[in-house]
Amino acid sequence: MSMTLSEKILSEQAGKKLQAGEITVVGVDLAYAQDGTGPLAVRKLLEMGLSKVHRPQRTIFFFDHAAPSPRFELSNDHVFLREFAEKTGSQVSDVGLGISHQVVAEKFVRPGTVVVGADSHTCTGGALGAFATGVGSTDAAVAMGLGKAWFRVPETIRVLVEGPLPVGVYGKDVILHLIGRIGAAGATYKALEFGGETVAGLEMAGRMTMANMSVEAGAKVGLFPSDEVTRAWLTRMGREGDFKKLDPDPGASYERTVEIRAKELKPTIACPHQVDNTKTIDEIGEVRVHQVYLGTSCNGRLEDLHIAAQILKGKRIHPKIRMIVTPGSHLVYREALRDGTVEVLVDAGAVMMTPGCGACVGLHEGVLGDGEVCLATQPRNFQGRMGSSKSFIYLGSPAVAAATAIEGKIADPRKYLEGGNR
Amino acid sequence: MKGKAWKVGDGISTDHIIPGRYIYLRSNLPELAKHILEYEKPGLTEKVSQGDFLVAGHNLGLGSSREHAVLVIKMNGFQAVLAKSFARIFYRNCFNNGLPAIICDTDRIQEGDELELFIDQGKVVNTTRNTTIGFQALPPMMERILKDGGLVEHIKKNHDLVTV
Repeated sequence: MSMTLSEKILSEQAGKKLQAGEITVVGVDLAYAQDGTGPLAVRKLLEMGLSKVHRPQRTIFFFDHAAPSPRFELSNDHVFLREFAEKTGSQVSDVGLGISHQVVAEKFVRPGTVVVGADSHTCTGGALGAFATGVGSTDAAVAMGLGKAWFRVPETIRVLVEGPLPVGVYGKDVILHLIGRIGAAGATYKALEFGGETVAGLEMAGRMTMANMSVEAGAKVGLFPSDEVTRAWLTRMGREGDFKKLDPDPGASYERTVEIRAKELKPTIACPHQVDNTKTIDEIGEVRVHQVYLGTSCNGRLEDLHIAAQILKGKRIHPKIRMIVTPGSHLVYREALRDGTVEVLVDAGAVMMTPGCGACVGLHEGVLGDGEVCLATQPRNFQGRMGSSKSFIYLGSPAVAAATAIEGKIADPRKYLEGGNR
Repeated sequence: MKGKAWKVGDGISTDHIIPGRYIYLRSNLPELAKHILEYEKPGLTEKVSQGDFLVAGHNLGLGSSREHAVLVIKMNGFQAVLAKSFARIFYRNCFNNGLPAIICDTDRIQEGDELELFIDQGKVVNTTRNTTIGFQALPPMMERILKDGGLVEHIKKNHDLVTV
């Protein structure tokens, strides 16, 4: 039987041949939660009568949503999680170390394994060829306590991207284009599996952006093959031993195939208040903004900061806006400090924040007020997500964010990139 | 048990149901529950009665995995959620907390209609309009978790995950 990536990974982990539609219980290689979902996961574990975790070294609580804590109630949640981690020997990724999905990609996610996280953007790990999927706190509690999870093997939508990406067009634009085409429920209950020439040439940062936003089309996972790009990433992270080559079988059965010709793509924006409400930069018209937000699990990587710095170098942001930058992890921040990227951004007028989820969740570090407009690199623009229900969130690439910061209105980055994509 | 329908539209995310800005109330569920759907349905928490139904269009519960969205629905007394379609994580979270999530033609229900749910018979009876809305049998694993009273009870009973 020829298998999709989902069928292959789940079959191997279940120890039997599985195909789309079957229900299976599989071992979980990594289970995590964050400070917004972790306290409930712990309470559910305790309610189940499980006082231990199955594999403490592979059970992690991330302090990324409210970090550093802006309220005592959240500090108390942190205390609760710290005490549980201490008692069970499970891991804490502390304030400032970064967003769960970025940190696990750096340190923990292995191709061909199953990863469960109590956060919808856990699917980011699909960039590394892991069946990584977001669940609620109760499913995460089971994965932590028993080391397993149940799944229905998903049908797969194959997404083939062919040809070189034009200047100023990135993984973010590809995934926004895809979601605009298939809709916010276009892949519900299904796997997205990315392939084609463009994908083969796409670096890990771009793959993570695309895998991250797979859930915005409703997908269970957004899977990439594990190839030389994966090996290079793991090697850079000091984990070459975790590499395992992984491809879908030729002749695997797909529910459908969506083809994207990269050369036809333009910088793409998701307009309020739905991720599938997309327009190209040419169609956007004049949209004045009050805030530009660069970061999050979608675009908080070193490569993303490089793109923004390439455009902002030697320039100043528009005097009537603020630009907030949140590196995805401590590692990203440190590398961006060392190579001068942070200096370029700060000289241009950007404000640097602690690595974490920052303003994306509407809790701290850039909350929007009534009538305010934000251009953000985050994965989501639901009404009220970043604060006031009367604010407006547009989503775009780091390049669009940088160009927008300069002009004070949503702007085309291509004119700043005549030297080509970095 | 009969209950009243409270309707919302398509694409109601977990951010709409309970916004991220109330994350600080997540360990204080009675307070958190007061903010349910506060922009879409202001004052809902004062109007809803035990056993009512939340009725939606397509893709209910998209977005964040926050299970608190399901918990605040339960805490406000809703006995079930009905929608034309559900987002995946929210759908699992409903059953994991013993809240039936029913996929059916919700165009046939208006705000305030009185409904009665018969899960085993696969139907919702709209007593206000004297109509019956059928639905497909629940996926077997969801049915099992629901019958056990949610995933916590399922684990307590079986000491393991048991598929059907």
